[in-house]
Amino acid sequence: MTALPTRKLEAWRYADLKAVEALWPPPPARLISVPAGASDAQLLRVDAGGIHDVRVELAPGARLQLVVVITSASYARVQIEAHLRAGADLDLGGVLLGSGDTTIELVTDVRHLEPEATSRQRVRLVLDEQATGNYLGRIAVARDAQLTDAAQSARALVLKRTATANLKPELEIFADDVKCAHGCTVGELDKAALFYLQSRGVPPAEAESLLAQAFVADALDGIADMALREQLDAETRGWLERRT
Amino acid sequence: MLEIVNLHATVGDREILKGLTLSVKAGEVAAIMGPNGAGKSTLAHVLAGREGYTVTQGSVLFDGQDLLALEPHERAAAGLFLGFQYPVEIPGVSNLLFLRTAMNAQRKLRGEAEISGADFMKRVREEAAVLGLDLEMLKRGVNVGFSGGEKKRNEAFQLGMLMPKFALLDETDSGLDIDALRIVSEGINRFRGPTRAVLLITHYQRLLDHVRPDVVHVLRGGRIIETGGPELALRLEAEGYEGLAA
Repeated sequence: MTALPTRKLEAWRYADLKAVEALWPPPPARLISVPAGASDAQLLRVDAGGIHDVRVELAPGARLQLVVVITSASYARVQIEAHLRAGADLDLGGVLLGSGDTTIELVTDVRHLEPEATSRQRVRLVLDEQATGNYLGRIAVARDAQLTDAAQSARALVLKRTATANLKPELEIFADDVKCAHGCTVGELDKAALFYLQSRGVPPAEAESLLAQAFVADALDGIADMALREQLDAETRGWLERRT
Repeated sequence: MLEIVNLHATVGDREILKGLTLSVKAGEVAAIMGPNGAGKSTLAHVLAGREGYTVTQGSVLFDGQDLLALEPHERAAAGLFLGFQYPVEIPGVSNLLFLRTAMNAQRKLRGEAEISGADFMKRVREEAAVLGLDLEMLKRGVNVGFSGGEKKRNEAFQLGMLMPKFALLDETDSGLDIDALRIVSEGINRFRGPTRAVLLITHYQRLLDHVRPDVVHVLRGGRIIETGGPELALRLEAEGYEGLAA
């Protein structure tokens, strides 16, 4: 078994190491393997503390849509290492909702190993009270992986100034003909929008929920299964309404 | 319906309203005109309860109720509607979801039953048709991608849907072309009624050609300095505000 991680390891920099120690060693990685030309959709729903290792193997032309939703009230970490072969496509949506004084984190390592693979990551964090939310997103493009198209967007919404968001994009590109886009923002609820909603009769807590719901929505946009989409919308709405 | 007495309000350290007294009766359409910086928008925001505006003196009674003691959403449920000079864009929250949430929140606070989905959509179709708003547009995010005129039409649409007692319309005519001005004016005229009242805040006479006010007040230096009939608006348009004593 691997040794307990320390703060010096980049991928564990913002982790709650005390909680990690209690959870160590983590269970073995879950493997999501999609064969050549096939498509798959998976949901990873984390509503309890724990360390989840996920290994994604996408064969040439394989497509995977992966949605990660973390709402755990105690330390939870999802780390995903994805290997993309020629022409594979990964669509990753992440929603992290944190309250109390918990730390929740999503760590991704998307490796474009061969040409013409595409990946999109949309991660939205909503953090309340003293919660800490982390997203560490690494994209690695191998020397031969020409015509890679990788996009990464991470946005955090801090509902109270006592909450913390750490967003860290990391690009490692060895090919020369690639497209890699990334963007990170941390912000608060728009006061003007809140007042607009309230002036029409929406109570403050409900107005905040509505705006936060809209904020996370595009991380769930890729979900084709409407029943699942509605269920996840209802879950995030439930979380947002409970916290007030 | 609305009784404002000796209202003083500050924004930061600056006193903007300096003893404003004004009353609007049920059935009345009143206009407030005034030069830039007179305090017109401050009055609108104070009445709606926006953060950052502090009332230091005076009182506001709305239907006999102390308006200033209410939260913004409670003011809406009590029947006050603020039409924004600059309506806000809210991506990800559809116009219809927003409006239905607002309607039901108001009803809940008043102890009324929620509106059914079918009744809601029926009202949406009626109002949207009158204002020439596309139903598909209303399914998109609140005001997202709307032109200036469409945003104001959306305000008029919300006014028609919510049917409050009192419409406080802040520079509703700004940013409107002639056709949009006519459509929005029709919306306001349809809203007029013996149990309702309208307070139009405007720079120009232009809107008042379409929505004829019963009373015109002139706001300058944080106070109402003159009150008259519709002819006062025409006189201001011809002579400007300079001739009036501050």
